[in-house]
Amino acid sequence: MIIDLARFVQVGRPHWESLEQMLTRLENDPQQRMPVTESIRFHSLYQRAAADLARMEPFASDSDLRSYLENLVSRAYGEMQERTSRGRLRPWHWLAVTLPVTFRRRVTAFQLAVLLTLAGCAFGALAVSMDKEAKAVVLPFAHLQGTPAERVAQEESGRSKELEGKKGNFAAQLMQNNIRVSITAMALGMTYGIGTIIVLFYNGVVLGAVAYDYISSGFSTFLFAWLLPHGATEIPAILLGGQAGLLIAHALIGWGSRDNRRERMRAVAPDIVTIISGAALLLVWAGIVESFFSQYHAPVLPYSVKIGFGMLELILLTLYLTFAGRGQE
Amino acid sequence: MTTYEGSILTIQTPEGVTFRLPLASPVTRMLACCLDLLISGGIAAMITQFLAPLAPISMDYYAAITALIYFAVNLLYSMVTEIVWRGQTPGKRILKLRVVDSQGLRLDASQLIIRNLLRPADMLPVFYLLGGMVSIYQRFGQRLGDIAAGTVVIRVLDHKQPSLDNVFGAKFNSLAEHGHLAARLRQKVTPHLASLTLEALLRRDALEPQARLELFGELAGYFKSQVPFPPEAVEQLADEQYVRNVAEILFRR
Repeated sequence: MIIDLARFVQVGRPHWESLEQMLTRLENDPQQRMPVTESIRFHSLYQRAAADLARMEPFASDSDLRSYLENLVSRAYGEMQERTSRGRLRPWHWLAVTLPVTFRRRVTAFQLAVLLTLAGCAFGALAVSMDKEAKAVVLPFAHLQGTPAERVAQEESGRSKELEGKKGNFAAQLMQNNIRVSITAMALGMTYGIGTIIVLFYNGVVLGAVAYDYISSGFSTFLFAWLLPHGATEIPAILLGGQAGLLIAHALIGWGSRDNRRERMRAVAPDIVTIISGAALLLVWAGIVESFFSQYHAPVLPYSVKIGFGMLELILLTLYLTFAGRGQE
Repeated sequence: MTTYEGSILTIQTPEGVTFRLPLASPVTRMLACCLDLLISGGIAAMITQFLAPLAPISMDYYAAITALIYFAVNLLYSMVTEIVWRGQTPGKRILKLRVVDSQGLRLDASQLIIRNLLRPADMLPVFYLLGGMVSIYQRFGQRLGDIAAGTVVIRVLDHKQPSLDNVFGAKFNSLAEHGHLAARLRQKVTPHLASLTLEALLRRDALEPQARLELFGELAGYFKSQVPFPPEAVEQLADEQYVRNVAEILFRR
């Protein structure tokens, strides 16, 4: 049907302009809440613009008028069909409720991440126990290549002095590296979880090989005093990264879900953001502890204090993730 | 419902209204990414320059803060700018690109965070090779981060207020004097041809002079063959003016 185009534009223009003004206002202040009367008017203007766009159907797809209306309708549609409620950021509520509740809701993925890491630990320990040469391959860190006895003697003779004047920078490097590892463990969930599984398993292999090396040499106290203060938060943080990666993989594969991939990813996205943000927070803390606390050994800092501190962190973290936010889900 | 046609994403709302979003090409996206790298590097350098007076106090902490600033800017630059500018980083803004929801819904902050957090996967093995390859073979040109977040990157077109004044104007229309012939013309011309005619008039200034002459000559010839008007009505009427008069008959009643 050929419409009277000039009249069509003349009649429609005031409504389109009103809709455009409302959209600009909404876009400039996304937190704005419209009164009911204004919302009704917005809806009616959207419907009118949508109907006008439908009347433009026979026109060339790239006409100015049609693309102008398409732009209006697409923006208005986006504003009307928002998926989540707009809420102001509440950091305390996020920390006290959202993060632990989200963690518990997705705990199966975390348990799987723990299992994969433990499997890696077992493999690393087995590899080093069966073949001493394997240590050179499994542990790509120069300072771990010597015997535990040498390392302990070196640390206890005051290696910590080597870090004097470098602790801040060291902490920064550790934070960056660990956050990168966690984000990578999460991002590799897009490889249908294969990359995440490899990262978790490999971390486990390194951990298992180091643990076996020190425990079998009779330096378990040194090992726990060295690893626990920062490892109590660092290892769970990497596991959280793995948890997020496995959630992505699960959403991609879609076991037991009738939704399409887009819907599955959409459903899991806020939880992934929450979990990975929690991991980043833990890693900032772990970086500080590793740099300013873990690197001091007896006699400067008694092992009992270090182990006690690490245990306390681990217990508090477990209590937080298990009980915080209960009843407020 | 979302469909794909060429480089256009078509979205049909539940009410049955269809609108189309032009997708950005991988090359333009890469250019925007390079611009963003330059800008974020510049921002980080400026902040560290600002903090330079701290260096004599403690070189260690200055180095730590510098490293963390570079890391944080690198990690957060795209996330924060896309959240604040509703899907645009400065690089995207310069090149007129925007991230939108692949179903036309309102963008959620978690989508923008996810698409940026998944950059490490897209960057494998070097400089977005995996993400680039995926986006070339993916229907909507999405990299892995976009697939996970349910987003697409579109081109932002300039939308002018529609105006027909420069097409119809206020000139005398000699064809309109012959009401019965004008009515026959309306009857014979299909809506599609009518819209093509209008488009040709709206874009006539963008055409090369020779192409313009040829196009309006062809259109005028076709209309004349469909409904011949008396010689006195078309006397001294250039082809383009003839087509304008026809368009006025078709679109103004």
